[in-house]
Amino acid sequence: MSRNKKRAISVTFMIATLLFSACAAPTPQVIEKEVVVEKPVIETVVVEKEKVVEKVVTPTSVPPAPLPDVIKVGCYEPMTGAMAAGGQMTWDGVKLANKLKSEVLGKPVELVLVDNKSDKTEAATAMSRLIEAEKVVGVVGSYGSSLSMAGGEVAEKAHIPVVGCSPTNPLVTKGKRFYVRACFIDPFQGAVMAKYAVDELGAKTAAIIQDVAQDYSVGLSAFFRNTFIELTGDPKSIVAFTSYQTGDTDFTAQLTYAIGKNPDVIFSSGYYGEAAMLCKQARELGYEGALLGGDAWDAPELIEIGGAAVEGVSFSTHYHPKGAITPASAKFVEAFKAEYDREPDAFAALGFDAYMLLLDAIERAGSVDGDAIADALYATEKFEGVTGWITLDENGDAVKSAVIKTVKNGKFEFLTSVEPF
Amino acid sequence: MDFNMFLQHLANGISLGGLYALIAIGYTMVYGILRLINFAHGDIFMMSAYMAFYGVSLFALPWYVSFVLTIPLAAVLGMAVERVAYRPLREAPRISALISAIGISLLLENVGVVVFGGRPKAFPRPPLFAQEWNFSGVRIISLTFFIIAISCVLLVGVFYLVYRTKTGRAMRAVAWDFEVARLMGINVNQVISLTFAIGSILAAAGSIMWGMKFPQLLPLMGVVPGLKCFIAAVVGGIGSIPGAMLGGFFLGVGEIMIVAFFPELAGFKYAFAYLALILILLVKPTGLLGKVVEEKA
Repeated sequence: MSRNKKRAISVTFMIATLLFSACAAPTPQVIEKEVVVEKPVIETVVVEKEKVVEKVVTPTSVPPAPLPDVIKVGCYEPMTGAMAAGGQMTWDGVKLANKLKSEVLGKPVELVLVDNKSDKTEAATAMSRLIEAEKVVGVVGSYGSSLSMAGGEVAEKAHIPVVGCSPTNPLVTKGKRFYVRACFIDPFQGAVMAKYAVDELGAKTAAIIQDVAQDYSVGLSAFFRNTFIELTGDPKSIVAFTSYQTGDTDFTAQLTYAIGKNPDVIFSSGYYGEAAMLCKQARELGYEGALLGGDAWDAPELIEIGGAAVEGVSFSTHYHPKGAITPASAKFVEAFKAEYDREPDAFAALGFDAYMLLLDAIERAGSVDGDAIADALYATEKFEGVTGWITLDENGDAVKSAVIKTVKNGKFEFLTSVEPF
Repeated sequence: MDFNMFLQHLANGISLGGLYALIAIGYTMVYGILRLINFAHGDIFMMSAYMAFYGVSLFALPWYVSFVLTIPLAAVLGMAVERVAYRPLREAPRISALISAIGISLLLENVGVVVFGGRPKAFPRPPLFAQEWNFSGVRIISLTFFIIAISCVLLVGVFYLVYRTKTGRAMRAVAWDFEVARLMGINVNQVISLTFAIGSILAAAGSIMWGMKFPQLLPLMGVVPGLKCFIAAVVGGIGSIPGAMLGGFFLGVGEIMIVAFFPELAGFKYAFAYLALILILLVKPTGLLGKVVEEKA
């Protein structure tokens, strides 16, 4: 055969192969559940301590799928990377909760952790791995709103419910049926800090330095700015609005610019690592005003790295043992101290609550079906969490009070508690 | 922006540039001799910072002892990396050595994650470097001054070594023509080890000062400075030591000034380095001070 003929044949072969492979329908990844339960009425009859017999009365009565031998619950957190402290703190709380409650619906609960490395792509991969490889029935996580949003996309398609421990950006749950959270959201948090700045500190002008690579930070800055302008009545009260990126180490340029405008307070909505260095550099540049932040400042590294520079800074967060409100809180503090020999922090408490909330929803749903658990989650009312009484609204967000902490003598101190308004 | 603020920005920029210059020289020296981009350089930088940190925190050495001890340890690490990852591949095609460099970089980073943990550690800043000075409105801490001073001393030292000593001449000879230098009786292995040692020493000095300036230690802290300093070396002319110094200062001052003049673009600070890289490759690929070298057959 001539060379051209051979070439023509191989090219035609290749094109044919491509066409055939393109025509082959891709196998759908989404596990479509055929059973759509409209309004299940679950009667739970406890026969013995070990067995729980349920009668599910539904309009279309379909026998519930049998429970697996082991109910797997996933957890995806940043254990490494820029947000490692938050992930590790949360994981401590989730682990403790699993230790205290390791059974649901009569089956043992296996907790599976996947590290999302503080990276959005890894978060989606982690979620895929939990759902497809580990076959979890529900997930807890993640610290970091960007990570939660990335993982949430995957969970939404797979109909696996996720309980967020601490992501506060509203977009994490908005429009999603399978994501709820155990914490408050940023519109509230931004307003809390703005009010604190104006009412308690008497600030008339503010500078904002945000982490432009983090959805959490960008959202929180916007909410702070809106409330601050509203409270001062002056649209020019935000005298400087600049940004940095996660992983940045040098903020002197942004700070020199911001401090040059003489703000009464500087609000930085990024994470603890950058915040610590930002505060340090701000003090070195001679800034003596207040430095404020959000719940992402709440990590021991803030003080370790910031040292004397973070003395007196304040930030909003979710929990402080002193602000403990429910009976469960005291028991939690005791159990935590016994297990880890230190006081619990906000993220461990939220991780604990998220896990308990998920298990509670599984119990109320009576099955490990994703839709049923999701419905049960949205129906959560006055759940006794250690961070407060949790009631989820129609978006799956918790309406809770915030705590403002400050740094005094190298330690975090409880400043005040702010009720939802 | 008034003059004082401009001076403040300039001081910040020069201090940052000095650090970049120190690290960029390591890249350029290794490239000059081996035509290899040592991707592990940023991780030797990271390892040195952790060594200095553990010297103070774990072994309770006074800071000056720990910092001084880190320097030879970093040199040993650099030479070990060369011996393990690059020497066996000296006869292999260049891409093998490149892949090996990436491999050892990933190895060091992940060893760091496992051994040091993912959470940031606080690097010590001795009071000597924390003095606050105020020159009529321009506030710098003594560390800034020390960084500039120590960088200059080290850069002058490197310059002297490479251009005024016999060893330096050997290094330049090996960089010029590997085979002929060997034929001339130069112990090429020794020269290469020495190059890596010097590069690592500069990286270690840079990392200690970096740690004092930006006290957050992370296992991946070497990635971004490594990348930026590699860009600095390319912009200045890879293979040229003055080029690396120039590139480092150019990048440091440029980054700060971009934010100083366009604070709304502060989030795009990093883009400056990458834009500079693209521009220089388009306009003058051999770098600002690089020489056009013809491809040897």
